[in-house]
Amino acid sequence: MSLLVKKVLGIGTAVIVVGVLIGLYVASWATSFPETVAASGSATTTGVSTRLTLQTVAAVGAKYSPAHPDWVSYLVQSHGKWIHSTDYKVPANSDVQITVLQYDGDSGLRNPFLSQVQGTVGATETIDGKTVNAINPEEASHTFAVPEMGILVPLPGVAEEAKDQCEFAPCTMAEAHRTITFTIHTHNKGRYHWQCFVPCAAGFLTGGGGPMQTLGYMDGYLEVV
Amino acid sequence: MSTTIESHSQPAPVRRPLLRRLVGFNLLTAVLLGVAGYYLGWFIGHQVSSGKSFKFISATDENDVALLLAYLFGVVGFLIGLGFANYPVSRLLGKHASLREKEDEGIGRYFGLCTDHKVVGMQYLVGIGLFFFIAGLNAMLIRTELLHSTPTTIAPNQYLSLVGMHGAMMMGVMTSGVLGPFANYFVPIMIGARRMAFPRIEALTFWLLMAAGFILTSTIFFGGFPTGWTGYEPLNDQAVMGMDSYIVFFALVGISMCLLGLNMIATIITMRAPGLTWSRLPIFVWSVLATSVLMVLAAPMLIATLAMAALDRTISTSFFMPGGGGSPYLFENLFWFFGHPEVYILALPGFGIVLELLPVFTRKPLWGYRLAVSGMLGVALLSFFVWQHHLFVSGINADLRPFYMLSTEIISIPTGFIFLCVMGTLWKARSSFTVPMLFCLGWTFNFLIGGLSGVFLSDTPSDTDTHGSFFVMAHFHYTIMGGLIFTFFAAIYYWVPKMTGLRFNERLAKAHFWLMFVAFNSTFMPLFVLGMKGMPRRVSSYAPNLHGLNVWVSISAFVLGFSMLIFLFNAVYSLIVVRLPAAANPWRSKSLEWQVPTPVPVNNFEQIPVIDSDPYDYGTPLGIGGTEPATAGA
Amino acid sequence: MAEPNHARRFTVLWVVASLIATPLVIVLLGPILPPGNGSQQASGHVTDNTVLLAMATPVLLLVVIYLIYAIIVFRQPKGGVLEGPAVRGNQRLQTWWIVVTSILVVSLAVYGTVRLEEDGAGSGGGPSPVVVPSGKKLKVQVIAQQWEFTYRFPEYGGVEVPHLELPVNQLVELHVTSLDVIHSFWAYQLGVKADANPNVDNVVYVKPTHEQTFEVRCAELCGIWHGAMFDHGHVVSQEAFNTWIAEQQTKYAAATKALPPYSKTYLPEPTRRAE
Repeated sequence: MSLLVKKVLGIGTAVIVVGVLIGLYVASWATSFPETVAASGSATTTGVSTRLTLQTVAAVGAKYSPAHPDWVSYLVQSHGKWIHSTDYKVPANSDVQITVLQYDGDSGLRNPFLSQVQGTVGATETIDGKTVNAINPEEASHTFAVPEMGILVPLPGVAEEAKDQCEFAPCTMAEAHRTITFTIHTHNKGRYHWQCFVPCAAGFLTGGGGPMQTLGYMDGYLEVV
Repeated sequence: MSTTIESHSQPAPVRRPLLRRLVGFNLLTAVLLGVAGYYLGWFIGHQVSSGKSFKFISATDENDVALLLAYLFGVVGFLIGLGFANYPVSRLLGKHASLREKEDEGIGRYFGLCTDHKVVGMQYLVGIGLFFFIAGLNAMLIRTELLHSTPTTIAPNQYLSLVGMHGAMMMGVMTSGVLGPFANYFVPIMIGARRMAFPRIEALTFWLLMAAGFILTSTIFFGGFPTGWTGYEPLNDQAVMGMDSYIVFFALVGISMCLLGLNMIATIITMRAPGLTWSRLPIFVWSVLATSVLMVLAAPMLIATLAMAALDRTISTSFFMPGGGGSPYLFENLFWFFGHPEVYILALPGFGIVLELLPVFTRKPLWGYRLAVSGMLGVALLSFFVWQHHLFVSGINADLRPFYMLSTEIISIPTGFIFLCVMGTLWKARSSFTVPMLFCLGWTFNFLIGGLSGVFLSDTPSDTDTHGSFFVMAHFHYTIMGGLIFTFFAAIYYWVPKMTGLRFNERLAKAHFWLMFVAFNSTFMPLFVLGMKGMPRRVSSYAPNLHGLNVWVSISAFVLGFSMLIFLFNAVYSLIVVRLPAAANPWRSKSLEWQVPTPVPVNNFEQIPVIDSDPYDYGTPLGIGGTEPATAGA
Repeated sequence: MAEPNHARRFTVLWVVASLIATPLVIVLLGPILPPGNGSQQASGHVTDNTVLLAMATPVLLLVVIYLIYAIIVFRQPKGGVLEGPAVRGNQRLQTWWIVVTSILVVSLAVYGTVRLEEDGAGSGGGPSPVVVPSGKKLKVQVIAQQWEFTYRFPEYGGVEVPHLELPVNQLVELHVTSLDVIHSFWAYQLGVKADANPNVDNVVYVKPTHEQTFEVRCAELCGIWHGAMFDHGHVVSQEAFNTWIAEQQTKYAAATKALPPYSKTYLPEPTRRAE
């Protein structure tokens, strides 16, 4: 009988250990979300209390993404440091000022309709100090779009002939970039996905694979809390 | 004594020292050569595709050429390591090579290339069981995610990969779910043969399938794939390298299927025992034959389609790209020309098992033998004429929709034959409700629901609502899980006592059945409602008003998963730990496989039997008689 | 011990059950079947689904009642080893079965075809549908892209909008196409589903019959945000629609200017992966 018990225990333990290891691996793979970065709150005279500073870069670099160093990606600023994440926490029922430092070149929109700003406060964006309601669809590099909130902001790319092009993230202010500012107004709490509508994933068919379909690069969540 | 060439006596296994056993053509060598082949392919791939850096393990930089070559070389290395090249090489060198390999190596023959069809059957049972378990685990993760109406547990791209892995693994590996273990093991015995027609190819189909399953699982290292099991273009072309895992996986499954079918057809046609005329062939063998014809005709279409997809992905051909003159419609057409026969490849063996088992447990001959055979062959034939019902709303050949509606509806006529035969066999029967019988009855109910829900999908106006929704999902789970998996378990409970000489604990087995049956219906019945309420397939976020029903489904799915654990526990406990001995013929079956000794000798039969009737010689002409119950009148 | 006449008992059971259940199914389940009466096509689907369900009910009952009957009545006594009757078939029953099922399924196919040819059944009919309902049609192009539907009104200056509004009681001709991968435009309450293929103009007709909010979903796996391709559309009065479309023309004037001329399909240069 004791042999039997040993057998049961032996087989049982082995199966459980192997099962748990595989389970842990698969679970950690499946549940890997980018870390959530809260927008920084600061009192300003304009009434905008929350700010989010992002940058887009043509190649995220091995420092931020050893797996995909040459993928196009967003980064977010948190406490003065650039973090590779696309999951942003913003307060509900308030204005959020978003600044995007655009270091990537243009790829052009497949659907030129998406070159017009939608859903921001005033339905405009400010590009390098100039307020506009649409851009040239050919110049689009990315869009910051939250379809469920009706928000779509086309982001123009850096000119190809510009000097000091940024190669890898994090890019510095000295390198060629466009600065885009816009304000969105959040309403209900919830978790809204945001994405890019420009076929910007170089090397993928219709520019729509890889970083365009991997959470943490050109896709993310806006967590309205 | 028979004088066939391959007849040989069974020598006592010789136990060689450990080191000697490790060197040679075995699983260890196979894995080593597989890994070596993988890196060789990776290396060459990076050399031939220009502009890519020379990085090895860490580089998940997209290089489809490298990954495809790596998989290809890896599989070839794996097969060489197992010893698949020995025979052709020996023959090329003019040496005499044995037709049969490693049939007398004790337990070791289960872990390598072995040409004994009974060993291959056991290998299939365990190997397929493993992948069935993994795919089931994926389903659990999918349902965990669907506990919430927005992705909170599992990231949406990982979710799609899980959906794809679950679907592809179930549709790919489980294609051989019945044919692999049970047809390989029992068809030769049932037809009175000593082996399969092509024993080496038989072993090859198993090892190809294992390599395929492993390759599909490896997709998670390459970013997964977003297309689900259908792999539609152009999404396929757009995806990251994980897509290549899917392509290689399904191509290998296709090769395995095609070879398996070919082998079965050759065996059944040429190797039947004297007197085993077509009208005496066990109905299970007929179902295997019908399935095999489908496999041989449909699988090459899949392989060709995937080859085209691989070319589109690697060297930028335009088979499926509208920009270059191709069309995604081509992929849909080619895929479903394989895909629809494929679902009947999954269903037909189930028909065979149910009709094979019912006579044993009802103590009646099979009712309507010829009707059953024509039903199976009819389904097999018609299954090639219905594929565009998957494309009713796609805009392709819209004028032809009435034809596909008709052909799809017509396929329910031969399917109806099977139901009539089941009902006829149950009529005035003396049924004993053993576990295999319960699973067969479970099949009858499940497949009925599956078939009736199929009517809604074959009707274009109705299909407009249900296409691409959870309704379809529920429908094919009723036909495949309720059809194939239920009969798969019926076959396990029925035949494992023959295969191992051991039996399952019946109480646990009955608990498994009841829990599985109830949880299965509780999981998939609400999915019809969810689909009708407008929930699309393969979504990780859905309308909040469908949340309650989804939670119900998820919990039922977990119970369903738990019922599988009961089975697993029962298998480990009864077959490995306690080793419950089985009676020689516990079901009092008259079929040939139960007349040979257990364990079945390497050559199956001392003497090839002469068959003088079909195996359903049950019952008495007047419906009375037999022996009275032992306890009667007490 | 006289054997009861099982055949008669079962037939009576089945006929009675069917006679009770089938009208109940039609009366109770029929009205709540999807997709409701949002459009002429949707109402057609409800009728269609009801007919199919009504025909499936007796078949379902036949097998289920038979199974229950057989399980209860045709049992092996406990511990018994009795044999059943050695009956191997019944030619007449088999013939009848084949004839009846054949008539049933062929009539279903004919019924489906008739329903389909009536008004296209809201299902994608390809670039040149056989069935073109008569009357004045409002042309709307549905442009699918990863991961949003946008809509273009060629009769209103080719304006493109992000949300769909349709006038009530107006026959609408939807032209569904895609800019990248395959999507499927599914307006649930309107009973419309049509795949959006790149380089294909998939035409589908729908006539909304009352003012309502309807759901728009994607029904073909199109990548990471497939499940989030979800929106609401509205069916409004003709006047409200006129006001709305005029507003849209003003609102999206900048974008409309940037658009290419209206075309049945758009084939933007495919960015090859060898870039």
